[in-house]
Amino acid sequence: MPTTMRINGKVFQSHSAPTARLLDVLRNDCHLKGTKEGCGEGECGACAVLVNGKLVNSCLVPLGQMERAEITTVEGLPEDSALARAFVRCGATQCGICTPGMMLAATALLAEHAHPTLEEIRWGLSGNLCRCTGYGRIYAAIAQAAGGPADV
Amino acid sequence: MSEWTRPRHLPEALEILAAAPGRYRVISGGTDLMVERHLAPERRPDAWLDISGLWELQGLQITEEGLRIGAATSLEAIRRHAEVAAHWPMLAASAAVTGAPPIQNRATLGGNLCNASPAADNAPVLLAYGARLEIVHHHGTRWLPYADFHQGYRKTALQAGELLGAVWIPYPPPRSRGYFRKVGTRAAQAIAKVSIAALIEAEREGMIQCARFGMASVAAVPCALPSVSQYLAGRAVRDIAEAPVRRGVRQDIAPVKDIRSTAAYRLEIASRLVLEAIDPRAARKKEDGV
Repeated sequence: MPTTMRINGKVFQSHSAPTARLLDVLRNDCHLKGTKEGCGEGECGACAVLVNGKLVNSCLVPLGQMERAEITTVEGLPEDSALARAFVRCGATQCGICTPGMMLAATALLAEHAHPTLEEIRWGLSGNLCRCTGYGRIYAAIAQAAGGPADV
Repeated sequence: MSEWTRPRHLPEALEILAAAPGRYRVISGGTDLMVERHLAPERRPDAWLDISGLWELQGLQITEEGLRIGAATSLEAIRRHAEVAAHWPMLAASAAVTGAPPIQNRATLGGNLCNASPAADNAPVLLAYGARLEIVHHHGTRWLPYADFHQGYRKTALQAGELLGAVWIPYPPPRSRGYFRKVGTRAAQAIAKVSIAALIEAEREGMIQCARFGMASVAAVPCALPSVSQYLAGRAVRDIAEAPVRRGVRQDIAPVKDIRSTAAYRLEIASRLVLEAIDPRAARKKEDGV
């Protein structure tokens, strides 16, 4: 039986097995390659997406639990936004592998805390690893996107 | 291809389990099982029973005796619950150090216990609080002290056809204080090298009435510290000596060397943590060299 979801606002039916990872469904069935596979075991957050508004690692989500779920991937975020501009301005991206997951973690964080403290930013992004920038610029970008100073 | 069954109601799930005991692998948040399935495909079961749709296993309820947490309640819901933070702060703390937010959004308390890792993040706290488990079967319900749940490495007291239904936690006694600490390589996403929870009761004139401990990553199963508890019961804090506490810890735990740590490190840190739990001020003074 196919699984029907809404991905980035569009209804999508997947015929993959219920045990398939949401990550593979997004990349292979939907051709949404923005979601990356890093570790494949829930440690790095490169595959993070929003399911019903909550940040999850898509490598750990079986398709069988996604019937009627609302899923947002990096492709579903607005192309131009305060967050995207702040990432560019602050140099918050280097190799780019972690960036989609970071953007979704930031989106989940800002939905809950419109003006997060540095501590809240660190907590909100604690499930996402970056091996290039050392986090400082990513934290700064999120603070700036929230209208705060970029020198956190 | 593995079969996937997702019942909507608990009685239906129990009937399915009872009709084919041992056939199904139970899955809820999947944060451990999806890793195992990916990394060890040879251990893939024939059939999955997905209990994430069972409303009966969801949510927290405050009762006169304490707290009932449905086994499939997410760690995020537990971490955010105001009553948990107020009365069982060690549980709010252990939920908050389990992985990171994307893990806590999916992982369940029951899953953390049933996965039965010796390093389970929420196990020490439940041992210290003296939690009880509600175990459900098609034929009825039984209750089990959580301290009796882990029967060997990755082996639990759950019988074929049974599900963990809920975790019950009593109110901590008045005049008790808690101590919880997880030691890992980094703050988020680390598996514990050692973790500890302690509930220390009624220090009337400095006298410890009862001290209950839970530790993880120091033995094949999450464990209590019966020798240490026995030494402390009825003793005044000023009469507690370091050597017998260390001896008790050595008796009660069986740390091993693995990729995260050595046995010697674990024993030393476990001893220091127990001493700090008993008398946080004394331990701090010693660290500061005062």
